[in-house]
Amino acid sequence: MRLKYPANIKIVRVPCTGKVDILHILRSFEKGADGVYVVGCLEGDCHHHSGNLRARKRVEQSQKILEAIGIGGNRVQMYNLSSSEGARFARIAGEMVDKIIKLGPNPIKKAKQATGASGC
Amino acid sequence: MIVADKKPIEEIIEEVKDKHTIFIVGCNECVTVCEAGGKKEVGILASALRIYFLKEGKEVKIDEMTLQRQCDHEYLEEIRNVIDKYDAVVSLACGVGVQFMAEKYHSIPVYPGVNTCFMGVTEKRGLWAERCQGCGQCILAHTGGICPISRCAKRILNGPCGGSSNGHCEIRKELDCGWQLIIDRLKALGRLDEYEKIYPIKNWSFERSGGPRQVVRKDVQE
Repeated sequence: MRLKYPANIKIVRVPCTGKVDILHILRSFEKGADGVYVVGCLEGDCHHHSGNLRARKRVEQSQKILEAIGIGGNRVQMYNLSSSEGARFARIAGEMVDKIIKLGPNPIKKAKQATGASGC
Repeated sequence: MIVADKKPIEEIIEEVKDKHTIFIVGCNECVTVCEAGGKKEVGILASALRIYFLKEGKEVKIDEMTLQRQCDHEYLEEIRNVIDKYDAVVSLACGVGVQFMAEKYHSIPVYPGVNTCFMGVTEKRGLWAERCQGCGQCILAHTGGICPISRCAKRILNGPCGGSSNGHCEIRKELDCGWQLIIDRLKALGRLDEYEKIYPIKNWSFERSGGPRQVVRKDVQE
């Protein structure tokens, strides 16, 4: 298909989205990520029964935490698609990047730059 | 186990926002099982606080540790050599652990990271329910193993009251009537004669009404 998607996305492969924990999402922001999205299988199609449903709950919980600490819950998003939907994968990547560009960079980046700390 | 619920992070931030070094201490027992204050929750709170302080442009050192228990001297001793390095401790243990930590290390302010709720069971993951109020005089032997003190909203000993309707309590329609449960259970056990007995007035001095309680066991004391 040779589809293109934005190059500023870092893909972290996991065996199942059920492996994704709130802590993984928070650590990404701690290290300077501007946004995180979790791409799981279609709901009802999880090979491990409910991994993607668990991931959705964890994403929602992460959104609440990030909202509470002033980072913005809308920087985290869950998507569900099947492995045959390459075109949709590329479209979602573009959609997410556009959304994050509108939101601006992770607020902690500015603070880190101001204090001269490294790690982003 | 003692069941606790997570405190809103805004509330914790409000308590520690002026601190420079914070120690977040979890507990490996009850609060781990009810997913409120175990190692994972300590990690999540620590990460969230780090993000918050970084966003605010403040340099705050946040360390984390999870003890086996916070209600015993021997485990709390494990942090004796490090605790003086911190301005504040956020304990994710139940109220017992928070208080014991504060008693033991009184020069460091200790803040609770959870709301301690009750003694209860895991009915299913994410649903914990009260089963015991620690009244100090257990009567479960006569009530089919169902406690009227914790399962009845009015804590009555000769129930049910007039608010019981179709097996549910008047205070919340989805709540089972504790006394209906007791009657059903005694019937199933063929022990309804127990239900016919009138309970005398309970001596509440063994409960909280008698002030803070102690259990003294000279046989195991050193």
